[in-house]
Amino acid sequence: MAKIKVVHYINQFFAGIGGEEKADTPAELHKGEVIGPGTAFAAGFGDEAEIVATIVCGDSYFNENIDAAKAEILGWVKDLAPDLFIAGPAFNAGRYGVACGTIAAAVQEELGIKSMTGMYVENPGADMYKDKTYIIQTKDSAAGMRDAVKKMTAFALKYAKGEKIGASCEDNYMNQGVRVNFFEKERGSKRAVDMLIAKLNDKPFTTEYPMPDFDRVEPNPAVKDMAHATIALVTSGGIVPKGNPDHIESSSASKFGEYSLAGVTDLDADTFETAHGGYDPVYANEDADRVLPVDIMRDLEKEGVIGKLHEKYYATVGNGTAVASAKKYGAEIGKRLVADGVDAVILTST
Amino acid sequence: MVKELERAGLPVVHVCTVTPISLTVGANRIVPAIAIPHPLGNPALDKDEEKKLRRKLVEKALRALQTEVDGQKVFED
Repeated sequence: MAKIKVVHYINQFFAGIGGEEKADTPAELHKGEVIGPGTAFAAGFGDEAEIVATIVCGDSYFNENIDAAKAEILGWVKDLAPDLFIAGPAFNAGRYGVACGTIAAAVQEELGIKSMTGMYVENPGADMYKDKTYIIQTKDSAAGMRDAVKKMTAFALKYAKGEKIGASCEDNYMNQGVRVNFFEKERGSKRAVDMLIAKLNDKPFTTEYPMPDFDRVEPNPAVKDMAHATIALVTSGGIVPKGNPDHIESSSASKFGEYSLAGVTDLDADTFETAHGGYDPVYANEDADRVLPVDIMRDLEKEGVIGKLHEKYYATVGNGTAVASAKKYGAEIGKRLVADGVDAVILTST
Repeated sequence: MVKELERAGLPVVHVCTVTPISLTVGANRIVPAIAIPHPLGNPALDKDEEKKLRRKLVEKALRALQTEVDGQKVFED
């Protein structure tokens, strides 16, 4: 049997081009080259499959030019006509995960070529694309590369060869919401009682019918009288007073900060900066108003367009931060803002 | 965060560049921003032009906060 032809997609970081300062690198096609994690895949494939080309694209470039980047990459993949398209793994890198999911789903849907990717379950790309391509569940950082490559390689060979794919829990991909009929070894009544006993004993058990997770919050009514409203600024873009007094981490933030805006009319390079490690900090460090628009809010306050800019702002770093943490920070910030009589919030994200 | 602020009873507008993420997370009022490292700015413009751009975005955000929505809405213009 001929070798399985694989095209691999990675970002600028895993291609060794650079970090956030190179995240605007446009898409590049490297025919016949195996780059970065591709080397580990190639080793795992042995004689069964080969990477015929690697496509590299900066994460910011992809996300800011989704349609153009997608069209260009799809054109290349179409010409290469591989048996399988692999993107990533992206771990918990948000923009990379969205790029991997978008391009893998598009390859599958628009070209009819088998595709797959890998990422951490909380990566925003996971929820967006887990029912449109196979997403292998990985750890949240590149420290889990070995494990990710092992699982993805096993899946890739099985999938490309047309072997039967098992349930999501058997083959390590994320549940796609597809039901398959099969016969259980034990009958239902016994399984239910086993689960109940496990639950009563505080032992782990797996439900056979997970409830769908519709965590939506109804929008609150609009602000009626903006000229008398107090508006607060909140950001996940990591804007902090110069020196980052609370030492908010550049990724996986363990806290948020509350900072005074009393007497501040404009954020500048001497007084504010970003603590965020997930985007190129140059522009925010030069002028943090580009992330947290204090200058404009002060102008609008002076002109009477808004009643008041709330005297405190809240910031955390939304870079690989656990959803549970973000939820906790949001709830606490919300409580404080309500107690302070704030009417509405502008939340900015990078 | 955006959802928890809304849950606390505050109308929130999410200004962000990658709106599909915002939609997935569950923000209700969404205003698309300029670019990931400078959502409310553009270093290629001169200072006055950049401030005008930022003001337009903030005004759009305020308009979103003054608009009744019955679900998720991306305020394109």
